[in-house]
Amino acid sequence: MSIALTFGRLARRRYRLRRVLTEAGSVMLGVVLLIWSLLPVYNMLLIALDPEEGEIEFDGNIWPPEPSLEGFRGVVTQEARYLEDFWHQFGNSLYIGLLTMVLTVLIGSLASFAVSRMRLSKGSLLTNAALLSYAIPASFLIVPYYRIMHGYGLSNNLWAVIAADVTFAIPFAILMLQLYARLIPFELDDAARVDGASAVQLYLQIYLPLMTPALAVVSVYALLLAWNDYLYQAVLLSVRNMTVSVTQGQLFADVDAPYNAMMAAGIIYVLPPIALLFALRRYVAAALTIGEVKG
Amino acid sequence: MSSTQPVLAAGPRLSVKGPRRPPGHRHLRGSDFRWSIAFVVPYAAVFVAFVIYPFGYALWMASKPSLYADLIADRSYLPAVVNTLLFVGLGVNVKMFLALLLSGFFMHRRWWIRALLAVYILPWVIAAAQAGISFHWMLIGEQGLIDRLLSELLGIDGPNWFNNRWLGLGSNIIAYIWKWMPFWTVIFLAGRMTIPRDIYDSAEIDGATGIRRFVHVTFPLLANLYLICTLLSSLWTLGDFTTVYLVSGGGPYHSTEVLATLGFGYAFDTAKPALGVAAVMSALPVLIPIVIVLMRRLQISEVQL
Repeated sequence: MSIALTFGRLARRRYRLRRVLTEAGSVMLGVVLLIWSLLPVYNMLLIALDPEEGEIEFDGNIWPPEPSLEGFRGVVTQEARYLEDFWHQFGNSLYIGLLTMVLTVLIGSLASFAVSRMRLSKGSLLTNAALLSYAIPASFLIVPYYRIMHGYGLSNNLWAVIAADVTFAIPFAILMLQLYARLIPFELDDAARVDGASAVQLYLQIYLPLMTPALAVVSVYALLLAWNDYLYQAVLLSVRNMTVSVTQGQLFADVDAPYNAMMAAGIIYVLPPIALLFALRRYVAAALTIGEVKG
Repeated sequence: MSSTQPVLAAGPRLSVKGPRRPPGHRHLRGSDFRWSIAFVVPYAAVFVAFVIYPFGYALWMASKPSLYADLIADRSYLPAVVNTLLFVGLGVNVKMFLALLLSGFFMHRRWWIRALLAVYILPWVIAAAQAGISFHWMLIGEQGLIDRLLSELLGIDGPNWFNNRWLGLGSNIIAYIWKWMPFWTVIFLAGRMTIPRDIYDSAEIDGATGIRRFVHVTFPLLANLYLICTLLSSLWTLGDFTTVYLVSGGGPYHSTEVLATLGFGYAFDTAKPALGVAAVMSALPVLIPIVIVLMRRLQISEVQL
């Protein structure tokens, strides 16, 4: 009797010890991940808050002794050197990003709808075509793109960048949408058909509303692809018609540049994608938890 | 979500190609057919104008055999090939494996782990250019954040990261992993969520917990997704330009260049566009097999999510 009791107590203690160890392990992992994720961001913030222009050194202070918003002010008022056109460049970035997002969602969802829901024969060609677009990575095609855009009459035109970004965002969008569309039962389409719905009505009233989570993920993906793009914007646009991303890359090689204002601009540039992700968080979460089998 | 039950009840298998099409509906007629074609036309136009045409143009530009003799003769070409292989091989595999493990950590439903996930995906949202610059400055030498922290906390004199080929290459790989690991973690997180909980429940009854559960239950179920994502990521990483261009800048003396930055350099710095295209096109023998495997994985077999 007492042996059984002792044994039970030991087992319980061992179980508790293991739980404490697991807990400690996950907290430690959490701390490591936090530092890992935030260190470069923290570095950006330190430089942006430095009152001196050309300061990129870390002086051993965890927080700048005299944090200053001078860098941010210089950006917002466009008084900082080399950043006189900041809002124009920001507008260009936003224009490219939003149009890439809208066109990717539109073209991708139309093609994906026709193939997965309208039962277009030879539909598997679409996924193959999408994958074929990745056969040569985007950056490898910069020289042909540069010449082709000239041929299309799109040199130094924001639409050249939009076209390139859409081209490389759509394949992933199609793969994602094709996968997700499998979760929508065909019975819904058939029922709507019986009620006399046309192809356009199916697309607008059944496909789009039910696909919202996947479309949200695709939107975020497309915007971030355009937002992350450096090469295409640098090559296809002229110096006078730049975007924020490229200006950053060109300024940092310049020893004379106001680094604090530059990093402040970088931090402002991060805000639109965060806002989009925040606005769509419910749909993105829904897309992620689609497979959860409840009850 | 109850409408999704029938699909998931058959196991966590999803497919791109529809095996659930009712028979007899294969051929479209009349207005449906016309609408379907109209819906596909925009994508087909983009594909022809911005995929087929540039591909053809690139192949044509890189078709002269003498270009490849010039490449081999160039002193920075072969090191760049080695760098590209290391960058892709290490960058992709370390990133994917860590992402797979971390997606398990983020499955926990604690409030602080969920909050941590929001912070953890921040690198994905921060533009590649800014992230690269921040890494460059963190590692710039004695004044950089990393070396200062090393000397203050541990009393170590940090190295000059960009004066050495291997340290520079390592810095590029770390920056690359930092930037792109969150994206793939989220993909694997979605993949893990499609695994029905009763599989885990029965595994637990059979005594599979912890590492054994990961090896025998989770990983086999995610293996296909893992393979597809790794191949896709390899394609994208081969073309990664921004990280190398901004973190190490290809230096010292072009010793950390990858094919993407080398080709760019040939084309725009030394005004040899055909050589630049040939440099990147020399990766085709690696790219084509990856694409073929991907097509087969996504088309013929089913995608297991």
